[in-house]
Amino acid sequence: MNDENENLAADATPEPVTDPASADPIVDAAEPDIVPGEAPPLVEGAESEREIEVAVGEKLVEVKNLTIRFGGLTALDDVSFDIRRGEILGLIGPNGAGKTTCFNAMTGVYRPTSGDVLLEGQSVKGRKQHQITRMGLARTFQNIRLFGEMTALENVVVGLDARHRTSVPGALVRSPRHIREERSSVDRAMALLDFVGIAQHSQKRSRDLSYGSQRRLEIARALATDPKLLCLDEPAAGFNPAEKEDLMALIRSIRDEGYTVLLIEHDMKLVMGVTDRIVVLEFGKKLADDLPAAIRDDPRVIAAYLGVPEDDVA
Amino acid sequence: MSTSSDGPRPLPTAEAAREAIETESVATLRRGPFRGLRERWNGLSRPTQWAWMLIVVVIAYAMPYLNFFPLSTAPGNDWPLALFAMAVYALVAVGLNVVVGYAGLLDLGYVAFFAVGSYTAAMFTSPDSPYLKIPYLWTLPLAMVIAMIFGVVLGVPTLRLRGDYLAIVTLGFGEIVRILATIIPAMKGQVGFQNVGRPPGEGPNGIPIFANSNGTPWYWLTVTILIIILLLAGNLERSRVGRAWIAIREDEDAAETMGVPTFKYKVWAFAIGASVGGLSGALFAGQVGFVNNQKFDVQTSILFLAAVVLGGTGNKVGAILGGAIVAYIPLRFTAVADYKYLIFGVALVILMIYRSQGLIPAKMRLMAYSRKAVEWVAPPKVPRGAEPPRTPTPRTEGGAS
Repeated sequence: MNDENENLAADATPEPVTDPASADPIVDAAEPDIVPGEAPPLVEGAESEREIEVAVGEKLVEVKNLTIRFGGLTALDDVSFDIRRGEILGLIGPNGAGKTTCFNAMTGVYRPTSGDVLLEGQSVKGRKQHQITRMGLARTFQNIRLFGEMTALENVVVGLDARHRTSVPGALVRSPRHIREERSSVDRAMALLDFVGIAQHSQKRSRDLSYGSQRRLEIARALATDPKLLCLDEPAAGFNPAEKEDLMALIRSIRDEGYTVLLIEHDMKLVMGVTDRIVVLEFGKKLADDLPAAIRDDPRVIAAYLGVPEDDVA
Repeated sequence: MSTSSDGPRPLPTAEAAREAIETESVATLRRGPFRGLRERWNGLSRPTQWAWMLIVVVIAYAMPYLNFFPLSTAPGNDWPLALFAMAVYALVAVGLNVVVGYAGLLDLGYVAFFAVGSYTAAMFTSPDSPYLKIPYLWTLPLAMVIAMIFGVVLGVPTLRLRGDYLAIVTLGFGEIVRILATIIPAMKGQVGFQNVGRPPGEGPNGIPIFANSNGTPWYWLTVTILIIILLLAGNLERSRVGRAWIAIREDEDAAETMGVPTFKYKVWAFAIGASVGGLSGALFAGQVGFVNNQKFDVQTSILFLAAVVLGGTGNKVGAILGGAIVAYIPLRFTAVADYKYLIFGVALVILMIYRSQGLIPAKMRLMAYSRKAVEWVAPPKVPRGAEPPRTPTPRTEGGAS
């Protein structure tokens, strides 16, 4: 019991913002177990537990002729691509190309004007967001949106609750199912926190976590819903190069645990380094859909990112 | 419900967001005079906590006998009756706390449920009412059920609204119930119902134990109910229900995206809050023995809300304290009773400036077995200095260069 007290006390000590020992204030001294560039070891209990009907390499998600209009503005115009089980698909494009809109349509925030999104052949159209999440589409947010007053652990358990079946009366009287689910969720949530590398912060309020830990917590929370497809919306925004390396390793290990990943990202280095296939959007239209190496050399993609040299001016 | 996703929101640059988060996480580290106390409390083992709570419960039951100078409301007001009023307010605050504190739904018409409970008790027990009569104690669960139905009826159409809009609708609902009590003949407006029932039992001299003037048994009954409600609320808090509510309060869109059926849980919060409000209304009606339309005005609603905010939004212990204080002050200091709204108003303004979380801003425990999680983190940690410093790689511009 004494040990437990000390642990609680140790957990409650505030995280130092700047480590006087290091010159770079961005380096987070409170996260000793993340080694840059090295994949975290596979953690027991973090692997995907979902039964997925589709075989590895087959189409898991199909985006079919997806069109979204906001009034007169066509944010997405007849975009089609598919995501195969077990791959990391990159979704890139210049600002305003419609990447996040595509995400929002897939996760039920926006209703497609036309077209459809199929998860294992089932349409997500017209379903509520929480139903889509339970179908197996989980996401993180571009601007971090954690439940600030909850601890890191509780944040993850909210994600786990998506798979729980205790009713309100069941929770009121502490039914056997409730007790079983509560017990198992602690283990699973801690395994997920350990997997993303922030287990030592499990008892901290999520708003007290450092920026990097918050981003990782978002990923853990999304993984907790046990998604068939994990959608990451610019997970590396605001990261320095070293942290981006760590994140690439994490994304790879997420795939190794059996998840399929859709990644929106601006940073070309990260996208090229981690994805298996890339879809490029520009002005709401699909520009290219190919392997990273081919995308890198695609003149249309280069033009979209760097602009076309105007010969007649020269 | 596609109000605000992260699409249309003006987004600062990622670096700015990062800076804001780093600054905030320093600024909001837990502070306050009770900080050490709370950590010590959380560090205690569960049996030790139960032992302390038992002592508090014993003191609570002994309160009617602690009738001495600085504490007691005598001679201005009867002390046991004052205690009963405090207990009822505490119960109301606990119920309202579920709605406002947990789920973050601002309810300005909570008195409506209190009224529904009062009228249920009155109309099923008073000889002035032409309807079916049932024993008083049965009206307590009945009042809960009826208030709950009202909660669902109000919640289903209105809980699609958010924030201020919801507050305005609930404010209107509070008024509707009061006005209905005035204009529906069966509810007898200002004339009201006399001789509302009471629990059975008579003393040796033939006077009922639960006489209107005898506050002690009423107080004990209410404290007993309050304890039961607290235990049940605690069960909900440390379950997916509590987590769903807090998630909705913190970020409704994110909660929905994480698989929380937000609408369903908001209606549950409304229904559960309403049922506790109805229960306290029925207790109040039983003790006073008379119900008419005068007591259920907007001011009372605001007073209930003040109790929750004063004590600490989202914390049931705080709600009890807030409810008790709001009832106690006007009864203890009768000279200032007429100025109670002024006093609470000033107190709340001061509180919002210096201690915006309320008197007891404790963080809720939202998991039944979170102690287990502590075992996960291995105690021996690498000392901070021993860690090899990260070599920051030179910053390169991203993009296809």
